[in-house]
Amino acid sequence: MPDPSTEYSFDPAAEVAEREVGEPPGLGPWRLAARRLRRNRVALGFLALFFLIVALCLAAPLYADHVAGIGPSDNNLTGKVERGGEQRDVVTPDGTPIGPGFGKEYLLGADANGRDVAVRLLYGGRNSLFVGFMSALITTLIATALGLIAGYFRGKTDLATRTLFDILWSFPVLLFAIALGTALAVGGLDLGPIHIAGNSIWIPTLVIGFVLIPYLGRPIRGQVLSLREKEFVQAAEASGMGPWRIIFGELLPNLSSTIIVFTTLIVANNIILEAGLSFLGAGIQPPAPSWGNLIANGVDRLVTAPHLAIVPGLAIVLTVLSLNVFGDGLRDALDPRAKLRLRA
Amino acid sequence: MARFAVRRLANMIFVLFAISVITFLIFNVIPSGDPALRIAGRQSNEVTRAQVREDFGFNDPVYVQYLRMMEQTISGDLISYSNRVNVREELVRGIPATASLVIGAAMIWLFFGVLFGVLSALYAGRAPDRLLTVLAMVGISLPVFWVGALLLYYLTFKVTLFPAGGYVPLTEDPASWFSHLILPWFALSLVFIGFYSRLLRSNMLDVMNEDYVRTARAKGLSERRVLVRHVMRNALIPIATLFGLDFALAFGSGAILTESVFGLQGVGQYVADSVGNLDLPPIMGTTLYAAFFVVFFSAIVDIVYARLDPRVRLNP
Repeated sequence: MPDPSTEYSFDPAAEVAEREVGEPPGLGPWRLAARRLRRNRVALGFLALFFLIVALCLAAPLYADHVAGIGPSDNNLTGKVERGGEQRDVVTPDGTPIGPGFGKEYLLGADANGRDVAVRLLYGGRNSLFVGFMSALITTLIATALGLIAGYFRGKTDLATRTLFDILWSFPVLLFAIALGTALAVGGLDLGPIHIAGNSIWIPTLVIGFVLIPYLGRPIRGQVLSLREKEFVQAAEASGMGPWRIIFGELLPNLSSTIIVFTTLIVANNIILEAGLSFLGAGIQPPAPSWGNLIANGVDRLVTAPHLAIVPGLAIVLTVLSLNVFGDGLRDALDPRAKLRLRA
Repeated sequence: MARFAVRRLANMIFVLFAISVITFLIFNVIPSGDPALRIAGRQSNEVTRAQVREDFGFNDPVYVQYLRMMEQTISGDLISYSNRVNVREELVRGIPATASLVIGAAMIWLFFGVLFGVLSALYAGRAPDRLLTVLAMVGISLPVFWVGALLLYYLTFKVTLFPAGGYVPLTEDPASWFSHLILPWFALSLVFIGFYSRLLRSNMLDVMNEDYVRTARAKGLSERRVLVRHVMRNALIPIATLFGLDFALAFGSGAILTESVFGLQGVGQYVADSVGNLDLPPIMGTTLYAAFFVVFFSAIVDIVYARLDPRVRLNP
């Protein structure tokens, strides 16, 4: 069978060092990549946008306390808000929440319980970004370790790892994530001495991090298989280095560009995946907000209050778009010819 | 080839077996609530629940329960815990909607993905490429259920252009079938169009730099012939591989989100409902059904890959 890793196989050491026409000699691969990235204004612009979104979400408590004056879970069914000089109900007696409008309070409107959508959006962003980042980190750590070990030791180790990847790969990602997420959301998870409660944000994080392992593990393993035939590995072996030193000191640095690009793109991918899980009720559990469950909430009231679904969706699109564009630029800068791609 | 087929078949069976064990364990070992409580109802007393446990064999050792469930799965007698409906019948009932959605969307995403990818590569760096790149980047950043919700709001509620969700069988009313599926097709194919056009663009640019393309030009072939016979043929190979797997994933259950937004009542919707109820028999049935598609199509993809690219050998 043509290993899927053939699709990704390239020679990272040679690629990174490859100099494009007009680039000054004498710069190392990292300096060259930084130079290419600096010239990619679009990628840098979107990186700035991403940092802005992260900063806004981190500042959620400040916004809630000093601007909106209402917490993310505070209901307000009977209150009034000033819009264009007149007092209006936050939630009308027939249950329709107020839409977006200028003003400190309810800038992006209210939901059916009279909660401030802008406040919930920022708090939800913290959760969504947390899941996106941490799950990407989990995937990257485990997949890199497994890929390195399988590719370096080959033989039975490789067979076991490859089988694990095969099984995880054939498990329909979304279905597996929903099954795990739902099962764990009810009873929680016991990891030795640590107990994770069913409504913990760590459940979707671990689930997403776990199901995507083969998507990075397979290309890493393929690269290690070809890298370990290179002279520098022979040289390292000849000079008496142990296997672990070769794996972490010699092989890992050669994989860094693949890992960096993959992690960036997978954060974007995971934010969408988390939203999908939350939409189906298997992600972040209410009342904790996340962009996904905010949309799910809004879809139920699409006709009376469309802003409830539109606003968090736009937040997802902007965040994911900024990460995707930056990731694309990063890939062009780090290894212009690598064909790394995510499916999920 | 025969050896490859045998090895591959053994591998398929092993993977499906492993998946069934994992699924079973997830819902048995993880404290996800007592199935007896779900069957007997929340108002039931301890006596009824004990009776249910006895009747359904929940007191048997785990491996006995597993074997019983697998036997039922294979013979098609798997019955849901929560509503006592036969799982295979429910699955079969969902297939027409899912097949209509996924086959239609796959044709759309393949056509537009390839079209946009080729245009992007031919106009690399110029205005059409830039426009298509922007569209593709936005396309891959859209959550499918959100797009679906917006389409429903603007095109069925604000302006009544399309019917608001649901599925009408093709045999009942072809025109209505079509109009009910336009929005779901569009929503589902968007992301894939983005991915495919980006991938094809970079593949084509790579291939265009190959020596054999220069040779083809040098020997005086028309630009059209170089493009179709030499560039496209090679650049499309990875797309073909990917298409097989994406199609299998979507057919298996990957269209859950699209189906649930548009209320299509397909396999994905069935999965979502049964997972929501933590109803093990349908979850087991649908997981194996979905995994079967992935494993089966991966094998097909490998064979097709070897046919398309003679450099690849089928070594098991």
